[in-house]
Order: sequence, then C-alpha cells, then structure tokens
Amino acid sequence: MSKFNKNSNNYIITYAVIMTLVFGSVLAVVAMVLKPKQDMEVLLEKQNFILKAALGEETIKSMSDEEVTRLYTETVVADVVKSSGDLVETEEASVNVFKEYKKPKDIRNLPVYKIYETKEKKDVVSYVFPVYGKGLWDFIWGYVAIKSDLETVSGVVFDHKGETPGLGARITDAEVQSRFIGKKIVNADGAMSVPYFEKGEGNDYSNNPQQVDGLSGATITANGVSSMLESYLLLYKPFILSNKK
Amino acid sequence: MSTETLEKEVNEVKKTSEPLLSKKRRTLLTNPLDEDNPITIQVLGICSALAVTVALKPTMVMAIAVTAVLVLANVVISALRNTIPNRIRIIVQLVVVASLVAIVDQVLKAYSYDVWKELSVFIGLIITNCIVMGRLEAFALGNKPWDAMLDGLGNSFGYAWIILAIAFFRELTGSGKLFGIKVLPDEYIGNGVMMSPAGACILLGVLIWIIRSRNGYVED
Repeated sequence: MSKFNKNSNNYIITYAVIMTLVFGSVLAVVAMVLKPKQDMEVLLEKQNFILKAALGEETIKSMSDEEVTRLYTETVVADVVKSSGDLVETEEASVNVFKEYKKPKDIRNLPVYKIYETKEKKDVVSYVFPVYGKGLWDFIWGYVAIKSDLETVSGVVFDHKGETPGLGARITDAEVQSRFIGKKIVNADGAMSVPYFEKGEGNDYSNNPQQVDGLSGATITANGVSSMLESYLLLYKPFILSNKK
Repeated sequence: MSTETLEKEVNEVKKTSEPLLSKKRRTLLTNPLDEDNPITIQVLGICSALAVTVALKPTMVMAIAVTAVLVLANVVISALRNTIPNRIRIIVQLVVVASLVAIVDQVLKAYSYDVWKELSVFIGLIITNCIVMGRLEAFALGNKPWDAMLDGLGNSFGYAWIILAIAFFRELTGSGKLFGIKVLPDEYIGNGVMMSPAGACILLGVLIWIIRSRNGYVED
C-alpha cells in the first residue's frame, strides 16, 4: 500500500467509490436472494391470521407451517367485492389491504375469505373480513371472522405496527381477542351494530351482544380498534346482507 | 555451526509468533465480560439494553444479532485497516456496519419473521450502537483480524450477558414468564414498571452498582 498516498484526494475518492460499489452490490444480492422466502413468510402470516380468526387460536397453534398452508389451500376460497357488495374479477393475491385503505371507500377492493368445513367446499363455516385502521401511534389491522349465520363473531385477530408494549400492544393477546368471540354484529332489532370496546377493564359484558370489555390504559388504541371494525364491517354490509340466508 | 545457529534462530522466530489463544488473547475474550464490560463499566449501548429487554426471546435474538455484526465488522475493518484513508475512516466504518446490519435484518425477516416484526426497529439501531463503533475505532483499526475477532466476541458476550440478565428479571417480575412460558403461579400480578423501559433503567443501575462495587471500579 506504500505505492499510494493514502491522504491524496484521488485515493480517497477512488476508495469511496469502490467501497460503495462493493457493499451496494452485496446488499442488492442479499435482498434478491432472500426476497422469495420473505414473501412466503408474509403470506404464511396472512394464512395463519385468517385461520386463527375463523377456527380459533388453539386449533392453529399446534400446527406446523406446512399444515397451515395445506389447510388454507384446501378449505379457504378468497373473493374480492366492492362496497356495493358486487363481486369483482380481481385476484385476491393482488389486493393489498393497506393500499386499498388509502383509497376512497367506494372504489376499494375488499377481500372476503370463505372458510369451508371440508375440502369439498360445501358448507361455509365462517366468513373472514380483513380490517385496517389507525391506533394510537400507527396503523392497526386484523381479521374478523363471522359465523355462517353472518351475525355472530367467531373470532378476531389483531396486529399493529407500533402500539405501546404492555398497553395498546395487548390487542395482539389471545385473551383480549377472545373477548370478541360470540358477540353479534346485529342488534336485537336486526340492524347492523358492530361490537366495540367499552371504557374501563374488568367488567362483565357477557349479557350484551355488542359491548366488549375494554383495555385499561389503552383507550385510544381500543377506540381505534372499535372504529376500524365499524367502518370496515359497514363497508361489507351489502355483501353480508346479500349472503345471509 | 553457522547453520545450527540459523536453525535455532528460525525456531526462535517461529516460537515468538503467538499461539492462537495465548494469555494475552484470552484476556481479549474475558476482560469485556467483567472488569472492562462495555455496558457496566464503559456505559455504552445503553439504549438497546433498555429497549429490547422486555422478554428473553427478543433479547436473545438481539444479542446474537449484535454478536454477528460486531464480530464481522471488527474482522472486516481490521482486514482493511491498512487501506482505509484516515480522513474517511468513520464513514468507512459506518458503511461496513450499516451493510452488515441491513444483511442481518433481511436474514431475520426471511428466517425468523415473528422476531423480525418485534425487533426490526432495534436491529436498525445496531448501526448506532456505541459498542460497535467504539470497538472499531479503539481496537479493529490497530489490530490483526484474529485479535479483532476475539475482541468482538468478548465485547458482544459482555453485552449479551448483561442484557440477558436484565431480560431475565424483567420477564420474570413483569409478566411471570421465562421465554414466554409461565413459571410463576397465576395469582402473581405482573409488575407494570418492569414492562416499561423505566424498570430496565432501575435494574441496569443496580447491576452496574453491584459489578462496580465488586470490582472496585471508580470513575475517573
């Protein structure tokens, strides 16, 4: 290295350029090689969430990744609808719920996942609707599974980007999500009425079909969940009404 | 006779090349664990020690990620040390560290998606972890790759055992669990302070106090 003057501008600039090229190409190669695997992980998580919402945490927890994917491909059919309730000829895989969330409500593509009991795809066990909204710090999203009567919630799954750990982030806890099980999306008169988090925590709302025990210390996140559920289930209302038996 | 002395000399020269794990080199590994610990003595890398230690599992991943980044960065910088222009050495160090961190981030996203979701913010912050830059600047720039690797291992283990110790107490007292498995009876109500970084700060302070009073270390 004694040939070069390490303090000359030429040396420094050449060094910087070569270094940038080398590290830049290494990063690009790594990102490209890992991309398919990463996409698979994202897809697997979606399948996990949908099945978890529909069939319950316990059923899915003990399953391996391959089993989840097999169960999903065998029993789930995905459709895309508009807020008018009409089916759209769009591949579900091409719909990104986050991108749709930023569009005006009436032109959004809304995926619907129908979970069948067996792979013959005869009887629908439940319908799963993706939901998206805002929590306290950042976006929150999830899946709501409604039983085949299209009235009773059979399960929900929530996830978030940056809610406070131990407070708002508790929406990912199975116990918190289980509070929605059995709630109704219609009230006694048969009109649409979406379950929501009540203020305060530790109260028993088992007699009320809409009130859900809230999250103490995370009121804004809880309100975010409630309004996310309401706005999305209202978007799906025409679909729900037209599929009700 | 002359050949004899020559051979002797050659032998002697060979002998002076250090064994791979000489006493001096072993101290590179062991010193940072205790009397020259990056967290408790040098007080570096505190932010991540407070942020990631809510539970043992993410802490473990963070420790492994820091170990990978620190060791590799140390080796790379040490191998390049004679070519690096002095005027841009910090930039070169940053590029190396940032690239390694980006790679770790991508690998985690592909092979440990759950953990990645939880940690990706903090993984990005390894770039600014003072321990990494500190070791590059203080050690890797002036030593051979093998020594730099040992130094990197030693310092990341020193970092790892401290954050694991904090995570152990935080997870145990904060949620009654260890590695996500409930170990304390259901009647135990989690201590909310321990779930927040404030709890980590208190624990870390106590830990620093214990270690320093045991070593008799006094701040200059």
